[in-house]
Amino acid sequence: MSRYEVRFGGFGGQGIVTMAVILGETVSLIEKKQCVQTQSYGPEARGGATKSELVIDDVEVDYPKVQEPDVFVAMSRAAYLEYVDGLKDNGILIIDEDLVEVEGDLPDGIKIYKIPATRIADVDVGVKQATNVVMLGALTAITGIVTPEGLKKQIVERWPRFKDTNLKALELGLKAGKEAVPTSA
Amino acid sequence: MPKRIMFTMGDIACAEGALSAGCRYFGGYPITPATEIAEWMSQRMPELGGAYVQYEDEIASITSVIGASWTGVKAMTATSGPGVSLMLEAVGLAVMTETPLVLVNIMRGGPSTGQPTRGQQGDVMQAKWGSHGDYQIIALTPASVQEMFDQTVQAFNLSEKYRTPVFVLADETVGHMRERLVIPDKKKLKLEYRKQPTIDPSEYLPFKPDDDLVPPMALFGSKYQFYATGLTHDERGYPSDKEDVQIRLITRLNDKILKNADKIIDVERFMLDDAKIAVISYGTPSRSAKKAIRDAREQGIKVGMLRLKTVWPFPEEQVAELASEVDHIIVAEQNMGQVYYMVKAFAAPTPIHLMTKPAGMPQLPNEILDKIKEIKSI
Repeated sequence: MSRYEVRFGGFGGQGIVTMAVILGETVSLIEKKQCVQTQSYGPEARGGATKSELVIDDVEVDYPKVQEPDVFVAMSRAAYLEYVDGLKDNGILIIDEDLVEVEGDLPDGIKIYKIPATRIADVDVGVKQATNVVMLGALTAITGIVTPEGLKKQIVERWPRFKDTNLKALELGLKAGKEAVPTSA
Repeated sequence: MPKRIMFTMGDIACAEGALSAGCRYFGGYPITPATEIAEWMSQRMPELGGAYVQYEDEIASITSVIGASWTGVKAMTATSGPGVSLMLEAVGLAVMTETPLVLVNIMRGGPSTGQPTRGQQGDVMQAKWGSHGDYQIIALTPASVQEMFDQTVQAFNLSEKYRTPVFVLADETVGHMRERLVIPDKKKLKLEYRKQPTIDPSEYLPFKPDDDLVPPMALFGSKYQFYATGLTHDERGYPSDKEDVQIRLITRLNDKILKNADKIIDVERFMLDDAKIAVISYGTPSRSAKKAIRDAREQGIKVGMLRLKTVWPFPEEQVAELASEVDHIIVAEQNMGQVYYMVKAFAAPTPIHLMTKPAGMPQLPNEILDKIKEIKSI
């Protein structure tokens, strides 16, 4: 894979930074590819638009930040509006459909996937805090950036105490991603 | 114990580098974007039998580091620009008393409290000239998570070898980005330790240098009796207002760095062999420049980069040599121009073009590419 750019946006407290970190850990430590993770947030501890990014490449990553994301995962309206610019032509937009509506003009050929990640975490997993893991599962099924096995391994490694909850969230996210039918803008 | 291979932040790589270098004292006051260094140290120091102390402010933090260093322990603090502003008086004290220590500055937007969560490279001149008086400093500028580890080890080595405070000057992006870090095997790390006196205590002169201009350092509580002061002092350590004592001491303190500059300075020459245009950069902007240079090369433009891994002492010879090889030099830094003035001083008459960005995001690769194309068309 040549340079591939992933952007996550949401509000502080949703686990936006954690999503990119665990994906980065999987890419770097388990699947042994080059990647750099960065983030951007304000001084607030909770709330406010938060952005977290991952750049993956076969060779050493030079410029560490995302310029034109291949995929943008939006989990709040504020973050969608602030960070949707720059999405690559024919790129992928994944939104939490209960929190984000597609607004404004999008580049040509964007595929939009609507995943009710917060609802799945709340109702089916029973733990709202697992929303980001549900979304990671969906992202993995839709893009194939990492293997489900690799991600599973890293989730267990990172959160041994919350293994069952997170693996359930991951499974449901993978399923939602597999079943999601893309629409165009 | 952390794993030997981690996917981690620059700040944490810096803390691990310090621990691998043998640092066993951290005195600090957390501040964004350097907080993770303090946080990591607060967990790791007790595991290794070292001490982590959080002070009431930055002034107490760095003076405690000076004290700790005199007991023989490798010691450090980490902060950001606003904290460095408070520490600078003590940096002068460390220079004058020849105290080895490492001061990490994860540079954020300034002046004043500025933009805590955004990066900038506004503190390059502060590191050199921030404390009063005529002195030299060593400052290293890492550009990746691995270099945060490697150059923190190097910072300790240089501080021990030359008995001087050493800055690690990293921009916020490098401090907060995560990449793969490989912690080398302990046996493979080359570590320096300060020289200690071996002569009879009755003959000991605490500030009498060896041929390398560095005096052996007795430790507090050892059998050697001595006096260390910020006042100008003779070889016995006694204050003096004599002209020859001041000239001799200040010359030596400067010379021990300047005369060893070739051993201290580290640069990376990237695609420079046939270059007609050179970019000079350091920290995160150098990564934008690498991408811009690769793109420019694809368009047939002969361009390369001199990446500074050491900004102080300034790589005068390397810049002068580069100026004799290329037609134009672009200085790309994340400020209003600081290294630019040093490049100008040593690269004349080669034309120097400043490309600044005094903001949280470094120059984008295509912005540097546009500048390269603009210079090419001159």
